[in-house]
Amino acid sequence: MELRELIECVTSVSCMVTQLAAGMTIGMLLFLVASGLTLIFGVLGITNFAHGSLYMMGAYFALAAYEPTGSFALAVVAGTLGAALLGLFFERFLLSRIYGQDVLMQLLVCYAIILILDDAVKIIWGADFRNMGVPPAFLHPPFIIGGGIVPYFYAILFGITALIAVTLAWGMGRTRFGRIVRAAAVNPGMVGALGINTTVIYAAVFAIGAGLAGAAGALSAPIRSVVPGAGVSILIESFIVTVIGGMGSIGGALAASLILGLTRSFGSIGFPLFVEGAMFVIMALVLILRPSGLGGRRD
Amino acid sequence: MGFGRDAAIALGVLVAFLALEFAGMRSAGLVDFTIRFATFGLLALSLNLLIGSAGLVSFGHAAYFGMGAYSFGLLMQTGAWSVPAAILAAVALTALLALVIGALCVRLSEIYFAFLTLAFQMLLHSLILSWIGLTGGDQGLMGGIPKPPFLGIDLARQDHLAGFSVFCLLASAVALRQILRSPFGAALRMLRDNPDRASFVGLSVFRYRLAAFVIAGGFAGLAGVLMSLYVSGAFPSFAFWTTSGEAIFMIMLGGVSVFLGPLVGTAIFLALNDWITKLTEHHGLFFGIILLVIVLGLRKGLLDFAVEYWRARKGSQP
Repeated sequence: MELRELIECVTSVSCMVTQLAAGMTIGMLLFLVASGLTLIFGVLGITNFAHGSLYMMGAYFALAAYEPTGSFALAVVAGTLGAALLGLFFERFLLSRIYGQDVLMQLLVCYAIILILDDAVKIIWGADFRNMGVPPAFLHPPFIIGGGIVPYFYAILFGITALIAVTLAWGMGRTRFGRIVRAAAVNPGMVGALGINTTVIYAAVFAIGAGLAGAAGALSAPIRSVVPGAGVSILIESFIVTVIGGMGSIGGALAASLILGLTRSFGSIGFPLFVEGAMFVIMALVLILRPSGLGGRRD
Repeated sequence: MGFGRDAAIALGVLVAFLALEFAGMRSAGLVDFTIRFATFGLLALSLNLLIGSAGLVSFGHAAYFGMGAYSFGLLMQTGAWSVPAAILAAVALTALLALVIGALCVRLSEIYFAFLTLAFQMLLHSLILSWIGLTGGDQGLMGGIPKPPFLGIDLARQDHLAGFSVFCLLASAVALRQILRSPFGAALRMLRDNPDRASFVGLSVFRYRLAAFVIAGGFAGLAGVLMSLYVSGAFPSFAFWTTSGEAIFMIMLGGVSVFLGPLVGTAIFLALNDWITKLTEHHGLFFGIILLVIVLGLRKGLLDFAVEYWRARKGSQP
């Protein structure tokens, strides 16, 4: 433990700014993945164990679009839409067959999807680490705030993820589609009886959740290495987010993502070997003290 | 009936196996397969106590497999332990780990339970990777595991190890079947089918599920011990999520509703695995497709399917 370094950092403005910026950016990327997971769970009642694989596919689709064109915008669009289409395919042809069955069936279908995608990626793109690198368009000098360094690209990422989060909140809270989705989460039978095709709603929600995971994969491709099997660690983290935030709660997921992002950035200074452990400790505390999560309804 | 018959069958199988071995059926491939079958069969059987009987879908069972392997290997490397004592200690340590994790997990609903067991397993996996001084990190536990002979059994010899593994599998199978036949087993099935009713009757859902979790963890620990004896080491992949996935796959192949289903599934899985390894390096692609066909096509394991077919035929006859 390097607690002295941690205390020094917390008392210095420049170090605080740097770590806060990094933590918030990591947290927001995590939020995109976790909000997709929690949205799918909240509406479809399905736990998508293959969610991390959609994140991985988003990164690979982005890479495939970026390498020939050099356009990061195109890469993000490709990652998002590619993952959304893949998600739509899974929902329609695989997962929809096991709605209403027990968790074992969901687990097995998702396990099969993970196995197939990990190998498909190896066949198409090879088993080695790939790195997109920060696109040249974003290679600007960092912002200096109060002596702290905020990389230009991190600021861009934070802006994009925040924009997506606001759009998601507005879409779910203020639009007709969002109201239907929230109603379908509570009482799908009633929504169906009112003449709304819930099959379409389910497919759309799954595609949106998958697209969010794909967007996060595409956005983090420049700062994280892209590798087969990368999905599982992000799946675990986004699950920890949904436990802390409460299954089905988007607001809770946002708070929990930021908590975990900050744990990561400050933990790497104060307790580098115990960062993952610390996330589990937070999760265990929430489970013991408030089992329904920060934003979850008690049932 | 019950225990006596099971024990007699198990003893018969053990004697038959040892007789075959002494009679000269010592092809290295067969001995090798037997050890792997006993190891993974025990892992699958212990997991089915949770999935099939208690209705607890754990996705983190490999944590106890890895814990058993590492604690046995580390105890033996101190040089101060005999094999039987180290096995008992490794199983006890594994059961203790299952008690701690289980106490946090078994209260939760199905989906949380599956995910949380997975998450704790990944915590153990990353702990093994980062605690290099103790575990050797991603290199695994190196330097071999000393296996001093006991009671005339020399586990450094593959044929002795095969006999010992089969003995462990059979003894555990008899014990697990006894547990399932007992009032405790009946209570577990009731908790699976109707937890509300069970708690109205006055059963403590938490205590029964936790007990099942600890028992299953202990037997998985024994399977881990066999694995570390087999490879004379321990590797982080023992506690990786893919090992849990494979164990669930074995159960699903064989069937969850029949006691011996997981063993049939293990045999099929290992045979498939050896066959696919010869054909291609892309295991995942093939296993994934086979799994999808079984889950979405049959919707149950092969033995489940066979038993239902047989019952339906018997029922249709006048």
